[in-house]
Amino acid sequence: MGKALLKRLALLLGTLLLVSVLAFTAFSVIPGDPTQAVLGMEATDQQIAAFRAKHGLDLPVWERYGRWLSAFVRGDFGQSFKYDKPVAELVISQIQVTLMLATVSFALILAISLPLGLIAARRPGGIVDRAVTVLTQVTMSVPNFIMGIGLMFVFALVLKWFRPEYVSLEQGLGPHLAFLVYPALAIALPKSAMTVKLLRGSILGELDQDYIRTAYSKGNSRGSALRRHVLRNAMIPVVTFLAMAIGDIMAGSIVVEQVFGIPGLGRMLISSIGNRDYPVVQAIVVLLAAVVVGCNFLADLLYRVMDPRIERT
Amino acid sequence: MMLDVQELSVAFTDRQEPFTAVDKFSLQMDRGEIVGIVGESGSGKSMTAHALMGLIPRSRAAVTGRALFEGVDLLPLPREALRQYQGRDLSIIFQEPMTSLNPTMRIGKQVEEALFIHGKLSPGERKAKALAAMELAGLPDPEGLYRQYPHQLSGGMRQRVMIAAALVLRPRLLIADEPTTALDVTIQAQILDTLKDINRQEGTAILFISHDLGVVKALCSRVVVMKQGRIVETGPAEQVFHHPREDYTKLLIASRPSRKKLRGGGEHE
Repeated sequence: MGKALLKRLALLLGTLLLVSVLAFTAFSVIPGDPTQAVLGMEATDQQIAAFRAKHGLDLPVWERYGRWLSAFVRGDFGQSFKYDKPVAELVISQIQVTLMLATVSFALILAISLPLGLIAARRPGGIVDRAVTVLTQVTMSVPNFIMGIGLMFVFALVLKWFRPEYVSLEQGLGPHLAFLVYPALAIALPKSAMTVKLLRGSILGELDQDYIRTAYSKGNSRGSALRRHVLRNAMIPVVTFLAMAIGDIMAGSIVVEQVFGIPGLGRMLISSIGNRDYPVVQAIVVLLAAVVVGCNFLADLLYRVMDPRIERT
Repeated sequence: MMLDVQELSVAFTDRQEPFTAVDKFSLQMDRGEIVGIVGESGSGKSMTAHALMGLIPRSRAAVTGRALFEGVDLLPLPREALRQYQGRDLSIIFQEPMTSLNPTMRIGKQVEEALFIHGKLSPGERKAKALAAMELAGLPDPEGLYRQYPHQLSGGMRQRVMIAAALVLRPRLLIADEPTTALDVTIQAQILDTLKDINRQEGTAILFISHDLGVVKALCSRVVVMKQGRIVETGPAEQVFHHPREDYTKLLIASRPSRKKLRGGGEHE
């Protein structure tokens, strides 16, 4: 679709490459040795040497990186030190949970923020608007793990609406979703607050524009002026924000998975760091980065589609 | 009589001190007539136009008096009833062609919007009428412009799109609120010619609002001079321009830079 997008695409790949380099070097710098973490303190020198040779740990960093990269682009994520299984296998079994959590979170953000933003913009300064403003201010300033602990306390311990115990997809889609709603809420609330604020401001800004006066002069009602003219223009910054929020949602799920004991990517990432299981960490970090960068790219694309003023050369 | 405005007043109530923007404005207009309102900025001329169009939010200002359009007083009409007139019987074009069009809506859709609101035509019929209105407004290549966006057009072209959109239902009254103020002088003259042609061809009455007495004289048969919300003087354009009765009108004429000096040419007639 043109030069600008090709440039963005190149930038995207460059970013991913940089992330992988950083992740790789970070792990060769921090203290701790995978051989010890995996084989234990009593391992013999022979065992250690065999382990290091098997996983290529005796090679210099840059050579290990080169090998890892060339395998990675071919879809081979390497072997886990700890579980002695292909990383791809491990990650795929976990990523489903995280993706589900992220999807539910995103759906909640839309369900909460779009109606609230519209209502708040309907009567600026009204009761609903002021209540929404206070609520968004509060939820925006609470980090999502605190939100998670709070939700857990209120809904699981006090109200007993759910048991704070993970329900997997194998136990049924309904119960699985019913459990995921709470951690998803912890992720969604702060993001929804920001979306409401953005949407409200954006709608009010558009309502002030001259073309809305033109719309009224043609005989539009308030509702049809809003639908036909305001919403599309007001949604441009919101859609961009939401596409970029997907990255944050993935990152947020890492923390929230800990709070709710969900066996997803986040849990695996943290335990793998503890185990110095580099191939797993490396794969997860690059995958998460790919999601974030990919969403930014998507945001850019959507922006171009929605706003004809951005030249599509 | 098509339009009979009696003692129209607009008083803003949303400020700390109530402010009367228009004070007892009266005007009679026949079908097909072109009448001008002149005055400096802040004289209430645009406010009068917006009040007649029903574009002043009732929460912000009290609009009183009578504005009879073909016998029906528009001012007390509920919003729903007023909407039936807006864009169909009376239309308006504004001073700022750059911002008066929706930036993310195609030209064609904006021109035919009033058809969409006020009738049940098929998309094909709407498009045909939109193209005809664009032709009437002097737009070259209406078919090509139909799918373009406002930012691809110059200011003069955008004002022509506004005119096309205002005329798509052939209203009986077009209110032109300083339609050429934001445009280059040459473009200005062309747009005025187009408005004149439309008046001649379609019999559309035009209420032309401007701060420029010369422009008003070239276009209008009658002129109303406004100052601080009130009518100062009213009469045939030639008479008001050449034999003003009021000092304020004389001042207004004298303050006008001479086009002869600026362009080395005469008035555009």
